[in-house]
Amino acid sequence: MTVKTAAMVDKLRASRVWRSVFRSGTGNSTLHRALAIQQNIFLHLFSAKVRKRMVRFSATWYLGTLTFGTFLILVITGILLMLYYHPSVPQAYADMKDLQFVVSSGLFLRNLHRWSAQLMVFLVFAHMFKVFYRGAYRTPREFNWVIGVVLLIITLLLSYTGYLLPWDQLAFWAITVGSNLSSAVPFVGNKIHFLLLGGNQVNANALLRFYVLHCVVLPLAAILFIAVHFWRIRKDGGLYVQQSEPKPQQAKDTASAATEVK
Amino acid sequence: MSEPTPATAQKLPSDFDRRAFLTTIGLGSLGIAAAGTVVFSYEYLSPNVLYEPSAIINAGKPESFALNSVTMDVNSGIYLVRADEGYFALNAVCTHLGCLTAWNQDLGIIACPCHGSKFRRTGEKIEGPAPKPLQWLKTWVSDEGDLMVDRSIDIPPLQYLRI
Repeated sequence: MTVKTAAMVDKLRASRVWRSVFRSGTGNSTLHRALAIQQNIFLHLFSAKVRKRMVRFSATWYLGTLTFGTFLILVITGILLMLYYHPSVPQAYADMKDLQFVVSSGLFLRNLHRWSAQLMVFLVFAHMFKVFYRGAYRTPREFNWVIGVVLLIITLLLSYTGYLLPWDQLAFWAITVGSNLSSAVPFVGNKIHFLLLGGNQVNANALLRFYVLHCVVLPLAAILFIAVHFWRIRKDGGLYVQQSEPKPQQAKDTASAATEVK
Repeated sequence: MSEPTPATAQKLPSDFDRRAFLTTIGLGSLGIAAAGTVVFSYEYLSPNVLYEPSAIINAGKPESFALNSVTMDVNSGIYLVRADEGYFALNAVCTHLGCLTAWNQDLGIIACPCHGSKFRRTGEKIEGPAPKPLQWLKTWVSDEGDLMVDRSIDIPPLQYLRI
């Protein structure tokens, strides 16, 4: 049975249609495996080869991958929620309640979106703490750390803009308070506040602006920076693993150099 | 085009260069276009018409307010106070982070539900994170004898409206 299925899979992979999509072929050599990564638009961001200890759980605790996982859940559930939600003052709150009580699986999707959002913020911080305390942000990975900080800000802005959309008391006052913080910016604070809300108070324009930021602008920015973040892992020599750095030797060299100068 | 003769080639000034000229023109127009984009984006993002409640509020006849009473108008976010000294209007929006405060009749104070700031009914700060007292607003009596408030015009405190 299994032999038969394996033969069928092999036949499928050798077929002309399959080969037109996946051009690396059916071979199992190192070259074929490398080509399978290199010729896939998504996988080519990553290294064709990695050290085993880089993909061990202890190296990263998979925190970055888990963060990306929550992001994917948020994109999928978010698109589904958009099908029932109108970003308008009379409808927003009612639509949110409809999703909870009337729409099939609406409660599940809304809660999945909510909890994944909370989890994503937690995982981003956990990922950054792990990177920081292991010293993985150091040369040559310092620019990827900067991209990570940008992604942190995008994550927090996504969280903040999504907070207004249920249009309940909690959302309204949280955004009133949060947007008033922007008024504290020297000189241009009130202008930023006005542009952010599209008016002087949290109202229809603010709801629409936050909706557009939450559903279009910020996710696109996040996808762009995530792609660069992943690609830089390969360009910066793979995931950071402590043993791979010739640190003690180097430290000794610089120490002796320092004494020589004396 | 005929090939340039050595004579015309020599006529070109040494510090003038067609490529540099076109680069300057190109970058310059790009810069102007970018500046224009910034200006137009800013103008597009600032609404010219706002469908917000008017800043001028008609509070009705002054006699309808009892002596020593504090009346809140939730829709416009103001307090109308009739004290012994006269009438005045306060902005009910907390000076801390913009929440709507509430009048507590039993304690005789104005309190903010968001971060616990407390004010006297004259707007004076008692405690809390609020940095400033509640703003006094411009009040006057219309020709029809109604009490009017302009929410957008602040006045110094303790300027009572005597009728």
